[in-house]
Amino acid sequence: MKRKSSLSRRKFLQVSTAAAVSGNLLLSCARNRQPESMLTAHEKELVEAISDQIIPPDQDAGGKEAGVVNFIEIQLAGPYKRFQNDYRGGLARLEATAKALRQKSFLDLSFDQQTELLVILEGNQAPADIWGSGEAGKFFRMVRDHCMQGYYGSPRHGGNRNYVSWKMLNLDYPQVCGRNLT
Amino acid sequence: MSLPHVNAVVIGAGAAGGIVAKELATAGMSVVLLERGQWQSFDDHDHDELISQRVTVLGNAFGPDNLRYRRVVRINDQWQQVLPSEGGYNNNAACVGGGTFSYGAMAWRFMEKDFKMRSTYGCPDGSSLDDWPVSYAELEPFYEEAEWEIGVSGDGSSNPFASPRRRQYPMPPFPYNHEAQILELAGRRVGFHPFPIPMLRNSVAWGGRSGCIRCRYCVGFACEVNAKCGSHNTVIPKALATGNCKLRTECVAKEILTDDRGRARGVTYFDAQRRLQVQTADLVVVSGSATESARLLLLSKSKLFPAGLGNRHDWVGRNLQGHAYTGAWGLFENQTYDDVGAGATIAICDFNHGNPGLRGGGMLANEFIRLPYLFSLNRSPDSPTWGKVHKDFQRRYFKQSIIIMGPVQEMPVFESRVELDPNVSDDWGIPVARISGHRHPHDAEIARFLASKAELWLKEAGAVQTWLRLPGTGVSGGQHQAGTCRMGNDPKTSVVNRFCQVHDVDNLFVVDGSVHVNNGGFNPVLTIMAIAYWASEYITKQWKGTQFK
Repeated sequence: MKRKSSLSRRKFLQVSTAAAVSGNLLLSCARNRQPESMLTAHEKELVEAISDQIIPPDQDAGGKEAGVVNFIEIQLAGPYKRFQNDYRGGLARLEATAKALRQKSFLDLSFDQQTELLVILEGNQAPADIWGSGEAGKFFRMVRDHCMQGYYGSPRHGGNRNYVSWKMLNLDYPQVCGRNLT
Repeated sequence: MSLPHVNAVVIGAGAAGGIVAKELATAGMSVVLLERGQWQSFDDHDHDELISQRVTVLGNAFGPDNLRYRRVVRINDQWQQVLPSEGGYNNNAACVGGGTFSYGAMAWRFMEKDFKMRSTYGCPDGSSLDDWPVSYAELEPFYEEAEWEIGVSGDGSSNPFASPRRRQYPMPPFPYNHEAQILELAGRRVGFHPFPIPMLRNSVAWGGRSGCIRCRYCVGFACEVNAKCGSHNTVIPKALATGNCKLRTECVAKEILTDDRGRARGVTYFDAQRRLQVQTADLVVVSGSATESARLLLLSKSKLFPAGLGNRHDWVGRNLQGHAYTGAWGLFENQTYDDVGAGATIAICDFNHGNPGLRGGGMLANEFIRLPYLFSLNRSPDSPTWGKVHKDFQRRYFKQSIIIMGPVQEMPVFESRVELDPNVSDDWGIPVARISGHRHPHDAEIARFLASKAELWLKEAGAVQTWLRLPGTGVSGGQHQAGTCRMGNDPKTSVVNRFCQVHDVDNLFVVDGSVHVNNGGFNPVLTIMAIAYWASEYITKQWKGTQFK
């Protein structure tokens, strides 16, 4: 599969021809590049908060600032379609867990309290009536991996905003091959 | 509908298929080369870690795709359907050039003893270890042919453990990067014999293509300056230039056809427009790599071959093997990383053979250059996998670490196998491969032994903290997949003879890693290439005597 676009070339020609006829070419292309909104505003805030837990902000940007949630939304509309329900269900259970243990939304917990709660998920110590057995750890590891991908992967997928992680690692970018050797 | 008859149809345009197509076409035979993937280019993929062959989480840049392909794998005692982008799939690339389009390109010759494992060491319980029916000395000229036609950079006199060679490599070796310079001194201090890794990559301009610019990537990526040498930029263009070879891409083989005398008649396949096509040929060569070649033979059932072609004694798909990777990590107080690709430049063969109490062993080499996401998954055993400390580790040690890894010479296991899945089909309605089995316990012994040597090396080099990276016990396969159509003299315990000819179908050949009796303690591609030249010589000689008419 070519990865240049989710549209096949033929489909693109059809779409662009139709759009050109209606004098709407640019608008049509722009719209096609936007992912469908995969997460609600609240779910997005939850993912942002988790991404700042996974990669906390310090002298270098954290997960939120690096656009990890943007990466995850784009992937949930594409290669990670199969995880859509895992996200919806898992984030709802995360909120239920925060309310059961702290009587608050996850978003209203302090940074350290959020960390504690994620450690509980990671270790499968979360309430079984909310998560069932093993599911909390599985959800946590999935989101952790996706956060790392969004933060450290290529910006072409929507994360790693301004090449923040590569700058943090002192990797020159763009790389002028064979010329910016240290 | 039937297409014009040809002399030979070759299925799979990878390391071996490309060579066979070129050799046969050059000898004057008309050849059709079928490939399920497409031509690929660097521009389609950039240096994108998340779709590279190293990571694949967002898909396989070089195929196969997640939409149309599936496999079933035995994981934790359950059959599970897996996607090509998931690790259990054991993917090799699906594109023109196959794995050679994006590989790391280490160019190892196996050693003399690798072809005589059973007579050297005896067979351990639970293994089907055997000798090859062909010796290193017989293959040596064909290794040379691969080195000179595909192109290898190296120093043929720098590895004291290498088996004898007649001729140097066509290109000089790559210089050591910074970490290799550190490792060379340390290695010599502890009595090892380090040397520059031979690579199927241009160290200088060669073969009409440029020299390597030593970028940060390489293994798992397309080469942006076409300096990596694969079948796609050497033998396949030569095959097409003869005028005798037609390459058909996006063609998915369905079945090998046989006639009522039990000879191969051709192949049916789905073309790019999903039309079923019949390509008849005087002879058929299967070069789809260990999983897909075995699958195609098993799919080709008929009255004369009720269990599939070559499978009269239930050996097709058996002995699936690859390489368990083992080694160690070391953290350093000073910078070890100089951002010079491909990273892997130094190796030792001190422990491939002659290890007390062990059968075989493996080479050890410094790892290919680090990738930011991949690095985030690797931590010392006591280090957190997320949060502030994880980020600090990433920042501090990305350029202050050295990794030494190597492939374990696996003991083949008869129960590790490729079969057809009875329930799941791919997008063309063809039953998918299912994979099951385990590694032999001896592999874990070699792994621990080699890892301890890697750790010793790192400590001598000044590592302040080290830890071992040991492999699991699950079935091997992956990019080094091999063994499923074993080569042997006895038709009861092998699938093909020493010339890759299926025992009871004399115009059907399997030419790829499937025929390996043992996969050595090395990356297998140069051996796959040598075997392809070896088999091609036999086929063209037989052809001239018109044995296939």
